[in-house]
Amino acid sequence: MVDTPVLEAIGVSRHFDVSRPWLQRALNREPRRFLRAVDNVSFAVPRGTTLSLVGESGCGKSTVARLSVGLYEPTSGDIRFEGQDLAAARADSRLRRKMNMIFQDPYASLNPRWRVRDIVAEPIRAFALLSGDAAITARVGELLTQVGLAPADGEKYPHEFSGGQRQRISIARALSSAPDFLVCDEPTSALDVSVQAQILNLMRDLQARLNLTYLFISHNLAVVRHMSDALGVMYLGRIVELGPAETIFARPLHPYTRLLLEAIPDIERVGTPRTPVGGEVPSPIAPPPGCPFHPRCPLANDRCRSEKPAHIHVEGVDVACHAVQEGRV
Amino acid sequence: MLARFFDSDFFYSFRRNPVAMVSAAVVFMIIVSAVFSPWLAPHNPFDLASLNLLDSFKPPFFQADGELSYPLGTDDQGRDVLSAIMYGTRISLTVGVLAIAFAMVVGIGLGLLAGYAGGAVDALLMRIVDVQLSFPAILIALLVDGIARAALPREFHDRIQLWVLVVAIGIAQWPQFARTVRGSTMVERGREYVMAARVIGIPSVRIMLSHILPNVLGPVLVIATLNLGLAVLSEATLSFLGVGLPPTQPSLGTLIRIGNDFLFSGEWWVTIFPGLTLAVMVLSINLLGDWLRDALNPRLR
Repeated sequence: MVDTPVLEAIGVSRHFDVSRPWLQRALNREPRRFLRAVDNVSFAVPRGTTLSLVGESGCGKSTVARLSVGLYEPTSGDIRFEGQDLAAARADSRLRRKMNMIFQDPYASLNPRWRVRDIVAEPIRAFALLSGDAAITARVGELLTQVGLAPADGEKYPHEFSGGQRQRISIARALSSAPDFLVCDEPTSALDVSVQAQILNLMRDLQARLNLTYLFISHNLAVVRHMSDALGVMYLGRIVELGPAETIFARPLHPYTRLLLEAIPDIERVGTPRTPVGGEVPSPIAPPPGCPFHPRCPLANDRCRSEKPAHIHVEGVDVACHAVQEGRV
Repeated sequence: MLARFFDSDFFYSFRRNPVAMVSAAVVFMIIVSAVFSPWLAPHNPFDLASLNLLDSFKPPFFQADGELSYPLGTDDQGRDVLSAIMYGTRISLTVGVLAIAFAMVVGIGLGLLAGYAGGAVDALLMRIVDVQLSFPAILIALLVDGIARAALPREFHDRIQLWVLVVAIGIAQWPQFARTVRGSTMVERGREYVMAARVIGIPSVRIMLSHILPNVLGPVLVIATLNLGLAVLSEATLSFLGVGLPPTQPSLGTLIRIGNDFLFSGEWWVTIFPGLTLAVMVLSINLLGDWLRDALNPRLR
């Protein structure tokens, strides 16, 4: 029997109502307006692996992260956790315990008024995993040691730590409910480069030791390369290319993926000319017709401007591009 | 803990601000003399047996006929004005503090709810706040007081008048707390630490009370201090208008009202001293509140 993926998204969309108040709308005869943050996205995260989603700001990757842990409800489509509907899985505390999240901003993700030991112990108390203060204190000390801090740090407040240390506290908190699945929403983007590597190595060690499954959100391809088994490239709410990370890094298909890879700084290619990704991301409230990438795509033709590309399989990679399908690449 | 407090920015800013230090000293003295008035006051103005009509209308000690045993003079029934002020301050402060406590509980509760729930709940609560803020607070207090008088039997009036005042002033003041708490709650609920709690399924009420509440209390503390002065003034105004506390438990406002009758017959001290006490107390509380607002505002550091 094939192991069911830990998390599976099937045709998930999430729209936000960004209409103006009804009175203004009625006076100006405006229609309601929706922001299509995530539009018909499908992916699966097999157990013990990492799926990374990359894309520019505003492409909907954080919305996918929040959908995956149930902070948002999908407008349409299905999200399955351990083979069950996500909402049903979250209603069951034994399954809800199996998922947790690491956030982007280590300065906002820890309650400034709580001591670190209470922050780390919150999931333990919420799920009643241990009883007795002594047992909880011992477990918190263990968790802090596991992420490279000292048990005595539990007595301090978050403001007494640096950004990297705070992110370690976030990881300790996320691990304290003994989860299988962690959603990491740009966990290193607020950190210095030197600290980023430490945190990423820590996360990889923990993954190997605890057999964790990660959904990893990032805008940084260099970070993603370090972490991922599978890679999804998002553009304007859609996944335009999805497949094994090595394959995509070795042979990117979608023109957007190529432009992104082109933009990674590389010490061996100093001085070679690069093609910058021109233009701006179009508004997800009024996405362009056809392929959403056509206004910025060097390969766009008339078909791209009118017809939305479907996903096609090319040697293990799932890609949505007319140019790839027609062999114009 | 105490050592940390004396070492904090907060205490440093206090030490650097003479106005804050003087007002804190004045407020502290008034509170001590009010709380301990039964032991500190030279006379007991409520002990009818000790009153002597022959002592009535004695002027303060610095005037020709004054006596040192009645330092601020006596009123029409021979009660010592200083003792009456000390007992009256006690009642005024009790009403003020209880009214603010009532307004805080209601205002913080509804503000958290509006800010966290958003949508229709928020819209409804905030429209109630808007409507109420468009009436003068004193009118709302008068209305509540009037309803309580009409609804409750006469013999209860004197006994529960204090609580009616507390509720009346509290109802007039909760919208300010609700509005401030709602604003801060809306900011805090979007923070990632709140999401972290939601991911593990902490119930909303617990998130509001244990996560958001401690982070929105700073501005509430400032409003509470500033509004305490306002609440004491509202009580005095209501008592002055005759709908506040009865003469058997005179607050500062009642004392001013009683003394007002004698102002033009020359016995000015009966009303001026309670009035001065009220003014100094409210001014000190407000100055303290102003300092607190600046001290707790990180942008002004």
